[in-house]
Amino acid sequence: MSALPSSRRGKPRVGLFVTCLVDLMRPSVGFAAVKLLEDAGCIVEAPVQTCCGQPAYNSGDRGTTRDLAMRMIETFQGFDYVVAPSGSCAGMIRKHYPELFEEDPNWRAKANALADKTFELTSFLVDVLGVTQVDATYHGAVTYHDSCSGLRELGVKPQPRMLLSSVRGLTLVEMNDSDVCCGFGGTFAVKYSDISASIVEAKARNVEATHAPTLLAGDLGCLMNMAGKLSRDGKPVKVRHVAEVLANMTHEPAIGLAKDAALKQNQS
Amino acid sequence: MTVHTTSPQFKQNAARALHDPQLQKALNNVKQGFIDKRQAAADKLPEFEALRDSARDIKNHTLEHLDLYLEAYEEKVKASGGHVHFARNADEAREIILNICRDAGAKTVTKGKSMISEEIGINHYLEANGIRPVETDLGEYIIQLRNELPSHIIAPAVHLNATQVEQDFRRVHTHLDAKRDLSEPVQLLTEARAVLRERFLAADVGITGANFLVAETGTSIIVTNEGNGDLTQILPKTHIVLASIEKLVPTLEDASQLLRVLARSATGQEMSVYTTFSTGPRRSGDADGPENYHVVMIDNGRSSMLGTSFEEMLRCIRCGACMNHCPVYHAVGGHAYGWVYPGPMGAVLTPSLIGVDKAGHLPNASTFCGRCESVCPVRIPLPKLMRHWREREFERHLTPASVRSGLRLWGFFAKRPALYRFATRAAMATLGFAGRQRGRFSWLPLAKGWTKHRDFPAPEGETFQARWQRERNRRAA
Amino acid sequence: MSARDEIFASIRRSLGVKGNEAIRRQIVQDRLERAPKGVIPTRGQVSGEERIALFRTMAEASLATVTEVGSPAEVPQSVALYLRNHNLPATVRMGDDPRLKTMPWSETTLEISHGPSQGGDLNAVSHAFGGVAETGTLAMISGPENPSTLNFLPDNHIIVVSAKDIASDYESVWNRVRFAFGKGSMPRTVNWITGPSRSGDIEQTLLLGAHGPRRLHVIVVQE
Repeated sequence: MSALPSSRRGKPRVGLFVTCLVDLMRPSVGFAAVKLLEDAGCIVEAPVQTCCGQPAYNSGDRGTTRDLAMRMIETFQGFDYVVAPSGSCAGMIRKHYPELFEEDPNWRAKANALADKTFELTSFLVDVLGVTQVDATYHGAVTYHDSCSGLRELGVKPQPRMLLSSVRGLTLVEMNDSDVCCGFGGTFAVKYSDISASIVEAKARNVEATHAPTLLAGDLGCLMNMAGKLSRDGKPVKVRHVAEVLANMTHEPAIGLAKDAALKQNQS
Repeated sequence: MTVHTTSPQFKQNAARALHDPQLQKALNNVKQGFIDKRQAAADKLPEFEALRDSARDIKNHTLEHLDLYLEAYEEKVKASGGHVHFARNADEAREIILNICRDAGAKTVTKGKSMISEEIGINHYLEANGIRPVETDLGEYIIQLRNELPSHIIAPAVHLNATQVEQDFRRVHTHLDAKRDLSEPVQLLTEARAVLRERFLAADVGITGANFLVAETGTSIIVTNEGNGDLTQILPKTHIVLASIEKLVPTLEDASQLLRVLARSATGQEMSVYTTFSTGPRRSGDADGPENYHVVMIDNGRSSMLGTSFEEMLRCIRCGACMNHCPVYHAVGGHAYGWVYPGPMGAVLTPSLIGVDKAGHLPNASTFCGRCESVCPVRIPLPKLMRHWREREFERHLTPASVRSGLRLWGFFAKRPALYRFATRAAMATLGFAGRQRGRFSWLPLAKGWTKHRDFPAPEGETFQARWQRERNRRAA
Repeated sequence: MSARDEIFASIRRSLGVKGNEAIRRQIVQDRLERAPKGVIPTRGQVSGEERIALFRTMAEASLATVTEVGSPAEVPQSVALYLRNHNLPATVRMGDDPRLKTMPWSETTLEISHGPSQGGDLNAVSHAFGGVAETGTLAMISGPENPSTLNFLPDNHIIVVSAKDIASDYESVWNRVRFAFGKGSMPRTVNWITGPSRSGDIEQTLLLGAHGPRRLHVIVVQE
């Protein structure tokens, strides 16, 4: 655990890297992250931002990736920490930004500096801030999917579980192969949609086998993939970002549910 | 040489595999068997992770000094009475092998399992020249009967079930009683053992691969569970070792480090049943063993991988752990990859060997989940190397036009935050409005690949950045 | 340019070296001479009875069977007993290993023949060069008195190993090989054997006796 650098008001200034998917698709995850960070004593700001460049990076377009990375580095350079509600996007900055500037010592140093202060949300709360519990209630069983980048690039596995264990009324039922890919893989899900579908099929069966009515994970891409599959199959599993539950902000309908449908589900 | 590959048809291959219920059942065996066994073996050895580091370092050190270790190895093989041949490519390798077989007056050649022999397509070449090659590894024997490529580098017939093997045996072993019972796998094994025993004893030449070559002693090492590699090399008069140049390690100690991670990563065994260290031909007075010992050192593209980012791929010890842990391999099996090497290691190696123009799909067909890298005994960063291939494809404009134009459009907006916010705000408001009734879309333009198999959750409507700005303004006011 | 020269040239071009750099040559020569050991699992680093017990546990985990006898003189009876217990014919093929030859085989009713196997032998007895406790592995060395064919062709393979030759790790065995054959020299074949032959190639079902012995029995001789 690293000591918090003192800022002017003694509180760490955190730049929220909201990630494009959360920005566009599910802003409530971003606000849940803000609440969790503020509750933990941080000053949170969300500077104007676009994307970390991961789609370009994984498509082999290093030039565009570098351009976007430079923009990210400048956008977030003034913060004590940068936190993202995504292991994949935080991993992009932590693990891959330094690789992008291997031949450019000036930018390499800046990329390293950003990498060192960038964290996935639950990992930041637990590993950096030392948070051990949250003030939240969620009734029922949930199962948790470990998204690949968070798990393998950043070691995110115990942190969300630890925080979930403090949520009142919640029990965690582990699924088989929780650490196996859901088949999302960014553009993979569109480029190789048949293969992706077969992989998410296996994931959906593992989710169902737990009989937990709620599925949580820490990455919106995976969540949309799994939610889309479960809803296509007519499975009534509510799918949410783990931050929503931890922040006690589950008023938005679950991913892929309409407002009235969510109302009906909550009543039944 | 013309390479026979269906890698360019990866998508069609994959679609066929996904709709093959028998194959899907067989692939379940991979998912269930190998993963737990590897984990158990790793858990039992506290030094396992340190051994992986050691294995990586040994391979890196050897590759950095490959020319010198190759010289030392060659000298030792000669000193022990063996011959070393060098082949720049598959054509040369096949020619050398054929000549050795001809000199030995060979009619039948037995073969131990060897991926490099698949790579150079030696079986068809020998057959075309009147020499009968007989694969002796049970899995390889089965796929040879079916005229297929292996679908897995350590379990070549993993895509088949016992009934299919029974049918092949009945079709080919016509000298046996047609009414014999072959309903149990053990009966199939017993039959193959008896048939192949005859072949072993009759063979004129035995061809094996090499898991490692030891520079210190001029030794070739093979690892098997069946013992077929040993019968292949000790019974015939001539033993030919086929090895690509990156199989070298400096010493017996180094080989022992690598052997400690090989079987554990591959099958979860502490050690394979037979690990055989062969040095030269039989010695004077020896009761058995081959009279002639040849090593064919094959480059076939390796030397030009050195010094590039793909040099790391030359650490590969062919354990198969990457494919055993790969969700894409689990979904489509090995044949979809269209050539000799499937799974993540194939996705990196195949473009190097047959060209990224042919094998371009392979490094793209990955979710980058990273599980392969997390189990690789020599810590090859497989996703990173697949990404390097994607970069080369992008540079060479091999990336599909639709992807390029999509990326260009997206990049245009992402580099212009104000425009991005304006455009996304409008787009999400539209999508959110359109999806407000059901909360999801079962069809969307430009996202057919997605919506063919799953719904597309509707956005909430307002973007985070729009709402954030609105709320901050209110807070400030 | 020959294929050989071209491959060396290509390697050196890729590595950006000439091949005559004194430092690189020195590094390689040092490594070959010193043969550094690397990571040795602590599991095997036990001695005496404990090491034999570990060897036994590991060999049995690889599906071999193990018995211990008090002296070389007890080996023939132990072999005869093993064959009888498994309803196997009392015939044995073996090489001319002096350690085996001096054992009192005539005290048993076993029918002994000597030499390599041609493929028709049901049972074979061999003497190991050593054992490795770490994984229950036996190290066999080929030579005029120790045919390699006996390790693979018979259905039932019995390996005799002296307790004192069971080492902690593979590296200790290599030290003994170097002592016996000289640094940098090897016998034609060294076989490490860990359990009986097997295959999982049909539906990933483990089946014993693929091409080599269906049974592996180890007799550890205390002295």
